Amino acid sequence: MMMTFAGAIGIFLAGALTLAIFSFLYKDNPVYKFAEHLFIGTSAGYWFVYNVYNVFWPNVIVAWGEAEGFWAYFNIVMPVLLGVFMLMRLIPSIAWISRWAMAFSVGMSVGFSIIMELQTNILQQIGATLSPFASLHFNNGGTAAAVNAIIILLAVLSALVYFFFSKEHTGAYGHVAKVGIWVLMITFGASFGYTVMARISLLIGRVQFLQEEWWVAIKHLIGLGS
Amino acid sequence: MTFLEKLDRLDRRIIFLIIGIAVFTPLLFKVPVKVPGSPIVQSIYEGIEALPEGSIILLSFDYDPSTLAELQPMSEAVVYHCVQKKHKMVFMGLWPQGPKLAQGIMDDVGPRNNLEYGVDYVNLGYKTGGLVLISSMGSAITDPFPTDTYGASLSTLPLFKDLKTLRDFDYVVSMSAGDPGIKHWVMIAQDRFKVPVGGGVTAVSAPAFYAYYNSGQLQGLMGGLRGAAEYETLIDVSGSASLGMSAQNWAHLMIILFIIIGNTTMLILKRRKEKSRGR
Repeated sequence: MMMTFAGAIGIFLAGALTLAIFSFLYKDNPVYKFAEHLFIGTSAGYWFVYNVYNVFWPNVIVAWGEAEGFWAYFNIVMPVLLGVFMLMRLIPSIAWISRWAMAFSVGMSVGFSIIMELQTNILQQIGATLSPFASLHFNNGGTAAAVNAIIILLAVLSALVYFFFSKEHTGAYGHVAKVGIWVLMITFGASFGYTVMARISLLIGRVQFLQEEWWVAIKHLIGLGS
Repeated sequence: MTFLEKLDRLDRRIIFLIIGIAVFTPLLFKVPVKVPGSPIVQSIYEGIEALPEGSIILLSFDYDPSTLAELQPMSEAVVYHCVQKKHKMVFMGLWPQGPKLAQGIMDDVGPRNNLEYGVDYVNLGYKTGGLVLISSMGSAITDPFPTDTYGASLSTLPLFKDLKTLRDFDYVVSMSAGDPGIKHWVMIAQDRFKVPVGGGVTAVSAPAFYAYYNSGQLQGLMGGLRGAAEYETLIDVSGSASLGMSAQNWAHLMIILFIIIGNTTMLILKRRKEKSRGR
């Protein structure tokens, strides 16, 4: 891939800033602080411009130009009005107006998602936990699936018992709750293992960038590459 | 100070250095690791593989550059697979920077495979809304997306001649770094409109999505860099994930070693302290 001079400068700066951030691993220093502040400032500016051009411009300005009829204009004005209400938080004397916009946003999203959340995350999951029992058998290679289904059911029930605090966790009930804690610990362990992989993956991504792009950009800038 | 006490108070920068070397060295030699496809990854592959040539796949890039290292290799692998199978692709993003990342892949893959924009693939761009946006696509794609990301009306694009609603897609693939993301595609596309959904997530969030796979709500799932490497093995491509897995293996080996050394040292020193107190 051909690299332009401007592109090479950009990649060189990105690599230099990556190393500046990594310098924190040795100890806190002014180079790290500079990179950190630059990142925060650039991000804030970037998101502001991005939202103006990708949200406000097409959904308000362009849509206004193409709107026909009362409801088309209404559908543009109402969201803008609620957006302006949200900004009223910046003026303490009328900050209460922002609650209207917040109430609309929360109410609408809860109303919209509550049935789907119930369907997807509760009913279907309960169904998937119990449905293997309809055809449970221990012959013709069905043993592993049967044991798996039983373990999942016991794990779900014991974890639910652990989170039921209306009854004291003592006696047999307490033992089941203790199994629930073990289930949670195993789940957290699996998540932690995956988290380690995720963090190492991010480091791999940066090292690959330094090797495959930054190094090529440096060679381009000093006249050794294409 | 004994050797074990020195080990117990080891400067953490030495650990950083060792992890750095463990990651950097394998990447220097560029040795790809073929990771065999697990059933959960294989089922996405088989889902896309089983579709007839010319099927339309919706690829939603629901992430930004902060998770590029994990999710971009997955996206590349799925795009390569779609191109191999001559499927049509529609790109979009529930995250603002997602469609730009899709464009980055297609700027490379498109010309190399003589793919024509508007016929073989289209980039719809980003639209805010998450769950509401997906639901709206169920009524008509042109409701939330009257134009593509470049401003061309969808009615002028040949790919959208018979593509009207979310139901018209043969498969939805979401590469997801959080909210909104794959969960919302499952809730609307799969559970409401019965369009098969598969995808990839960051390793951190992968365990939370296994339940959807077990219940049949998710066709398949790639978790982190390993998931991407598995998919690359399935399509017989040595991409950045396969190259990264050798570094991943060495780093994990080092971490396991550190955990064993750290805990053994701690236990021995604790026992010694208890013994000396007993005297």
